Amino acid sequence: MSLLKTENVVMQFGGVVAVNDLNIDIKKGELAALIGPNGAGKTTAFNVITGVYAPTKGKVLFSPVDSVGVTNEIDITARKPNKITNLGIARTFQNIRLFKELTVMENVLVATHQNVDFNFLSATLRLPKAIRGELKAKQDCELLLDRMGLIDLKDEKASSLPYGQQRHLEIARALATDPQLLLLDEPAAGMNPQETDELTDLILKLKTDFGLTIFMIEHHMDLVMEISDHIYVLDFGCTIAKGTPDQIQNDPKVIEAYLGVDADVED
Amino acid sequence: MENIQHRFGAYIKIHWKTIVFLGVVLITIGLLDQFVDSYIRRLLNLCAIYTIISLGMNLVNGFTGQFSLGQAGFMAVGAYTVAIFTVPIEARATIFYLAPMTPLLANIQLPFIVALLLGGLVSAGFAFLIGGPCLRLRGDYLAIATLGFSEIIRIVFTNTQTITNGALGIKSIPTITSLWWTYGIAIIIIVLMILLINSSYGRAFKSIREDEIAAEAMGVGLFKTKMTSFMIGAFFTGIGGGLFAALLGTVDPKQFYFTLTYNFLLIIVLGGLGSISGTVIASFVVTLGQEWLRFLDEPMAFGLDLPIFRPGLRMVVFSALLMVVVLFYRKGLMGTNELTWDFIGKKIKVIKSKFNRKKSASQGGDNK
Amino acid sequence: MVVGMTLETFLQQLINGLSIGSLYALIAIGYTMVYGILRLINFAHGDIFMMAAYFTYFGIAVFFLPWYVTFFITIVLTILLGVGIERFAYRPLRDAPKTSLLISAIGVSFLLENLATYLFSGKPQAFPNFPLMTNPINFGSLTVQPVSILIPIVTFFIMIGLLFLINHTKVGMAMRAVSVDYDTAKLMGIKINGVISSTFAIGSGLAAVGAILWCMKYPSVLPLMGVVIGLKCFIAAVIGGIGNVKGAVLGGLILGFSEVLMVAFFPALTGYRDAVAFIILIIILLFLPNGLLGKKQVEKV
Ligand SMILES: Nc1ncnc2c1ncn2[C@@H]1O[C@H](COP(=O)(O)OP(=O)(O)OP(=O)(O)O)[C@@H](O)[C@H]1O
Ligand SMILES: [Mg+2]
Repeated sequence: MSLLKTENVVMQFGGVVAVNDLNIDIKKGELAALIGPNGAGKTTAFNVITGVYAPTKGKVLFSPVDSVGVTNEIDITARKPNKITNLGIARTFQNIRLFKELTVMENVLVATHQNVDFNFLSATLRLPKAIRGELKAKQDCELLLDRMGLIDLKDEKASSLPYGQQRHLEIARALATDPQLLLLDEPAAGMNPQETDELTDLILKLKTDFGLTIFMIEHHMDLVMEISDHIYVLDFGCTIAKGTPDQIQNDPKVIEAYLGVDADVED
Repeated sequence: MENIQHRFGAYIKIHWKTIVFLGVVLITIGLLDQFVDSYIRRLLNLCAIYTIISLGMNLVNGFTGQFSLGQAGFMAVGAYTVAIFTVPIEARATIFYLAPMTPLLANIQLPFIVALLLGGLVSAGFAFLIGGPCLRLRGDYLAIATLGFSEIIRIVFTNTQTITNGALGIKSIPTITSLWWTYGIAIIIIVLMILLINSSYGRAFKSIREDEIAAEAMGVGLFKTKMTSFMIGAFFTGIGGGLFAALLGTVDPKQFYFTLTYNFLLIIVLGGLGSISGTVIASFVVTLGQEWLRFLDEPMAFGLDLPIFRPGLRMVVFSALLMVVVLFYRKGLMGTNELTWDFIGKKIKVIKSKFNRKKSASQGGDNK
Repeated sequence: MVVGMTLETFLQQLINGLSIGSLYALIAIGYTMVYGILRLINFAHGDIFMMAAYFTYFGIAVFFLPWYVTFFITIVLTILLGVGIERFAYRPLRDAPKTSLLISAIGVSFLLENLATYLFSGKPQAFPNFPLMTNPINFGSLTVQPVSILIPIVTFFIMIGLLFLINHTKVGMAMRAVSVDYDTAKLMGIKINGVISSTFAIGSGLAAVGAILWCMKYPSVLPLMGVVIGLKCFIAAVIGGIGNVKGAVLGGLILGFSEVLMVAFFPALTGYRDAVAFIILIIILLFLPNGLLGKKQVEKV
């Protein structure tokens, strides 16, 4: 069953067609990857899915399971980013966008704000409902930080974390929105091999333990080939190939697009 | 020592030192209220009022990162609401001698506290109206729109003769003299601010300040959240304006010229955008400092006839100070930190270790 | 509510609106260019205009210089002032949060106002008239001040020149590049500082021309004269579409006409004249947030 579909999505900036006729179909529970050379339009595709940009043409369809267990296909094209997050799509950013001055704990707590069931007055006056809500959020987040190995850093400022942990915190923050689909934009960028391995384990754990569907942009080909179920390849905005890791690895078009363009493939 | 757990403090710990500190503050206010003369009393009242208004501004500008310059306008709304609804009915005929007050309002008089709250609410209502078109846009039009609003409000108040008495203003507003009104309300607002900022809403405000795009991606509705902050800020400012009217006993449109807003801007920049304790400290520093700098405007300062001391110099110094702070001490006194006991403890440690290092350095003869 | 307006008075009002609108346009261009490049509302721009008016006043009424010398000196000093402000108050904050830059701009504005009040006194200073410019001349039954005709003509030629500069010279190309994408332009080796300085120089130069023309039309100067004019001209730039020079001119004219016509048709609302700009601003922000000629801005994520 599909969780996310894009239908003929086009995203144009002035004369630049960043994404051209994108058709993606991500099944529930799978781990899909989006690869392609620099400037291929991968991040732009994420931005269209998450509502940061309204596509020039095309549709984005999302089929989340709601609170009573019913699945409905919803047209999320050009909805507001926060509404899309409310529906169950969370993301990380290629160029880390943490709330730098806030602590690790606060960063994660912000992601639970969308679910508050008390208004600002009860929050300020600390009415019982608000206290209950805040304590619950805090407990959930502590649990999450614990699983992500960040619990000891919970009172540190986000900006003071080492780079690799900032990436982990971004993932933790996205998870705190309680998503059904997680979009990761180059989660391993700038990581050394050991960190990359740890990340690989983490992503697999998210898939199995949390039952998450994951859609990931990544340049580290070993990682992509190792853990993805499906791969989409973009070049100059166009989808030049899609399939399983095996199919992709042997696709002449993919090899051509990558040859001499991106050094990551060779290593 | 132990932290005292409090019902309110399910997740804010109240340190015993804080309670002692609060006690000392209350006793000090009580003593001052008994003994100071009317000049000092007025000055101290002004400090408390400026604290309230600056907190309202810092909530929007410092904590939520939205650049609003409407303080003078929101103050005017609060001040006029208090003026209109508290002036004794008997006195109204003599005040509104050019054109009588509109019959809709002429016979309504409200208790001070009700009028004060109403002023805050009306001010928040105006914030709602301006926020609608401005807060939706990414960008800095809010600064211009709020500045424009505060000018329009002045223009409107100058022209609505039968409500505001136009350019003549409203006199004979029953005044408050006790420090308890202003300080009582200031303390309540400080506490409310602390509770608000340390709640889910406060974190949402700060997330918008830090990174709008990330905040939105985490499910924070930008418009609604900014609007909440903007309206609460305007509410506080309206209350401050109401107290201002009751302190001076008279309001007229000229008091609310938009340069008044720059006072509060200096306060929050000096105190630290996003610091409650910084705002409180800076409110006192700036208000008292401005009073103290009055000698700059006196031609005969220091008993000499120095031509540089003449009216206007004080404001030059004052605006230069704003430039110096923003160019060289961008974080102000506190940055986004708060003056908590932890913070003080850390600072003392840093100073001590610096001092020790200096000492050992100078003993080593390396006096650089 | 039209109070017996004749065709003549109507035409007269139109000319009036055209000339005041052109003045707004000259100043609005400065806002729009700086905003286009730095994404900064240059709060000090209105006060740069005010200082230029004082330079003119000093040249003409205090030092009795010939008008052409005064105009030259005014333009040079104003350009130096504008470029200096950028150099010392904005450039150090270029990598700081945008709020700091905005506060700095407000600080400069406040400082200039207070300095002017302190140095030149807060009282309005009157000028001698420029008889050639202000003595009304008659066209049939229409009486017009020559300056009211001069202003739109000067504005028109300045706009032509400026558009040429922006579209057909190297500096102009660099300016456009920086305003489209600051970071890429920097990477491409464009000398950002030079481009920004030229932008401030042009903006301030136009403010100086505006101030000179203003002084011919309304021969009086005041330390706070730049405040409301500055706000209105920024609004004019927003109406036209911020970042767009033609838009700034269009916005200035729309604003000028609206004000004059409102006062002409609804004399009872004269007290609200200065509110017109803000009301138009709110309407524009609600229905056309990118202004009349502006393009939609997308932030790169
Ligand atoms: N907001 C925007 N305005 C104009 N052009 C844009 C915008 N966002 C992206 N582009 C352009 O769209 C193209 C695709 O960019 P995108 O960031 O999606 O590439 P990418 O595949 O994520 O590359 P990378 O591997 O470097 O992250 C690029 O040419 C880029 O310059
Ligand atoms: Mg990318």
